Amino acid sequence: MKHLFELFIMFFKIGLFTFGGGYAMIYQIKEIIVEKKKWITEEELLEIITIAESTPGPIAINMATYIGYKQKKVLGSVFSTLGVVLPSFIIIFIISLFIEEFMSFKIVKYAFVGINVGVSFLIIKTGFSMLKKIEKKIIPISVFLLIFLLLIIFEIFTIKFSSIIFILFGGIIGIIYYSLINRNEVNN
Amino acid sequence: MIYLELFYEFFLIGLFTFGGGYAMIPLVRETVINNGWLTLEEFYSFIGVCESTPGPIAVNMATYVGSTQGGILGGFVATLGVVLPSFTIILLIAICLKKIVENKHFKNFIKGVRPVIVALILFAGITLLIKCLGFNLSSFDIYFNYISILIFSLIIGLYFLFIKVFKKKLSSIQIILISAFLGIVLCLIFE
Repeated sequence: MKHLFELFIMFFKIGLFTFGGGYAMIYQIKEIIVEKKKWITEEELLEIITIAESTPGPIAINMATYIGYKQKKVLGSVFSTLGVVLPSFIIIFIISLFIEEFMSFKIVKYAFVGINVGVSFLIIKTGFSMLKKIEKKIIPISVFLLIFLLLIIFEIFTIKFSSIIFILFGGIIGIIYYSLINRNEVNN
Repeated sequence: MIYLELFYEFFLIGLFTFGGGYAMIPLVRETVINNGWLTLEEFYSFIGVCESTPGPIAVNMATYVGSTQGGILGGFVATLGVVLPSFTIILLIAICLKKIVENKHFKNFIKGVRPVIVALILFAGITLLIKCLGFNLSSFDIYFNYISILIFSLIIGLYFLFIKVFKKKLSSIQIILISAFLGIVLCLIFE
């Protein structure tokens, strides 16, 4: 019980001090969970990152669930995940109560003129650094260009379309393309 | 039934968000706009709020949209929805399915999804930027928003100045704070 509570507290701290999304928290996990608490080794951390990257959902949740399970089975993962989610939940819930009044201040409106531009910069920056990491082969690049083009066309003609279809499409192309490549390599 | 809808929509978002943080923006955008839960303006302003508060963007978004649509219970079901897919999948992997992550087809699926995610993220960023600068893709209305253009140029300038001169990358929060400051100063000067 004491250990469950400790898992909760540690992940609550991590959730509370993780600004700037998933990768920022890896550093915190390393500091608190690997170096201080020694609940997992550095190799295990790397393994968890790989798993987190290839499964859906926020990395923070993936990490908390996995480390919690390694420590105290299913109950452990429940407590860790609850811990990592709770700070955001409380903070955002409080913000949601006051945001309308807050947004009606002129100075806040002005600030958000800037913030919206700043957010677009951050998103584009992330997009470009991910673009650099795409395999420089015909199929991955074509998939990227095709989806990008379709998104622009759908936006111009205001066609509603779920991106989930695009994601599944990419995945299926991936399965076909990479297994064909593997087969060729085996044959050669 | 708003609670069921919130749970279902955010469950889908949780299930199909590969690649962390910004990858979920396109999915959430579609969901909140198509359901009329937020306007585009409100949605993007809230990303700014998410950037300056701790925690995963997905959780922040779910809590916010849920709470504004259905109070604290709405916030709870939406957050539960977005967390549940990851939680279940990771738990299964930790208990018995470690092999699935090493499965060839599964790996290829993830590799294939990557270019799609990049397209979605870049598109989300560029449409937001274009909108801020005063251009509407679907109606071809153009009016130049000089203040936003100026802010954008200044942010780019500062970002690369910091890399070149101080050998330091500005963090997301620093960029949000600088843009808020620029927004206030420039709006006060020009309006």
